[in-house]
Amino acid sequence: MRAPEHGWIDAALAEELSELVLWTLVAGPPPARRSPPELRERLGMLASRLRGAEAIELRRRPVPHAYRVFFRQIGLDPDDERTPVEEATMRRLMHGGFESHGALADALLLAVVETGVPVWAVDDDRLDGPLGIRAARAGEQRPRPDGFADDLPEGRLVVADAAGPVAVLFGEPDAHHAVSRATRTVRLYALQVGGVPDIHVEEAFWTALDAAWPDETVGTVP
Amino acid sequence: MVLIDPHSQELRLGLVTEADERAARRTLREQIARLEAQLADAVATAFGTRGAVPFAVAGAHGPRVLGIAELERVRDDLAARLGEARRELTRRGVEQERARVRLERMLLAPGEHRFARVAAAELGEGGCGVYQVRPRLGLIGMLAGWWHVKLSSGCPLAT
Repeated sequence: MRAPEHGWIDAALAEELSELVLWTLVAGPPPARRSPPELRERLGMLASRLRGAEAIELRRRPVPHAYRVFFRQIGLDPDDERTPVEEATMRRLMHGGFESHGALADALLLAVVETGVPVWAVDDDRLDGPLGIRAARAGEQRPRPDGFADDLPEGRLVVADAAGPVAVLFGEPDAHHAVSRATRTVRLYALQVGGVPDIHVEEAFWTALDAAWPDETVGTVP
Repeated sequence: MVLIDPHSQELRLGLVTEADERAARRTLREQIARLEAQLADAVATAFGTRGAVPFAVAGAHGPRVLGIAELERVRDDLAARLGEARRELTRRGVEQERARVRLERMLLAPGEHRFARVAAAELGEGGCGVYQVRPRLGLIGMLAGWWHVKLSSGCPLAT
C-alpha cells in the first residue's frame, strides 16, 4: 500500500508561509506510454463537462480559489501565469478537448482537473534525498532539455532535493529530473496551500494512481 | 542635558522587529485573500450578465516570498481593480434596471410605446433576442390600434 509523505520545508519559509505543504508519493515504475482507451475516454467525458462559464466560475470554487490566492501572495498573477487547474481548463477551451500526451501526463491532467490539486511526476532515481521547498540560492541553475541551463534568481521558490532545485514552484520539473524512457521509478509530488483540505491532496494522488496504474492501485494511506 | 546615541543597541523605541514585520506580512496576505475572493465574485457576476469587468492585476516577479512593500502593492492593485469592477457593475446594473422599467412600460401599455425596442442584452440576458412593440396583423393592427410586445429570437446570420 502506497503512503504519501510530507516533504521538508525550509524553516524560514515555513514561518512565512506556514500553510504550504509538499506531499510526495512513490508511484512505481513508469506506466505504459500510450494511454489506455478507458483513460482517453475519461478525459473525453471530462472535456465535455467543461465549458467557458466553468472557466470563469472556477475562481470562486474553494480549491482553485485557494491556489489563486496563494499565487497572488507569492507574486504571481494567476490570470497571466495560470494556476494548474485553470491552465488545464483554458487548454481544453482552446483546443476543444483534452489531447492525450501519454498515460502519465493524462493521469496527472485528470488529477488536477478532477480535484483542483496539481500533481507532478519526477524520476525518483535522479533525486538526491527527500524533496522539499526552499528559496533558490545565488548561482543555482535549472537545466533545459537542449543541454543549456537557465539561471534561477536568488529567492525564487523551488522544489529541491539535497543536490539542488528540481523545479520552480508550480512549474514543470527540469529536464534532469523529468520522467524519461530511462526512468525506473516515478515519484509524484503535490503542493497543498492554505484552504485546501488534506483529503483533496490524497484524492489527487489516488486519481492519478488509479488512472495511470489501474491494476496496481489498492489505495493510499494518509 | 542628556545625549542620545541613535546607534545605541539599547535604543529600541520605534524599532520594528522581525516578528512585527512577519505579522504585518501575514495581515497583508489575509487582505489579499479577501480582495481576491471579492474580485472573483465581481468577475463571475459580470460574466453571468454577459459582460466583463477589468480584473488584471500584475504579479511581482514570483514565485518568491514578497516583502511588505510588494505585498502592499499587490493589495492596493487588487483593491483598485475591485473598485473599478464594482463601479462598472453598478453602472451596468443601473442601465439594466432602466431597460427593465422600459420593458415593463411597454408591456403595460404597448400602444403608448409603438415600435419601441429593448434588446435582451440590455437586460443582462444572453442571446440576441429583442423585445419590440409591434402591431397585431400588420397594417390592420396598426390602424385598429392593436399593439403587443413580441420577442424576436435567434441571432442574425453573418453575411
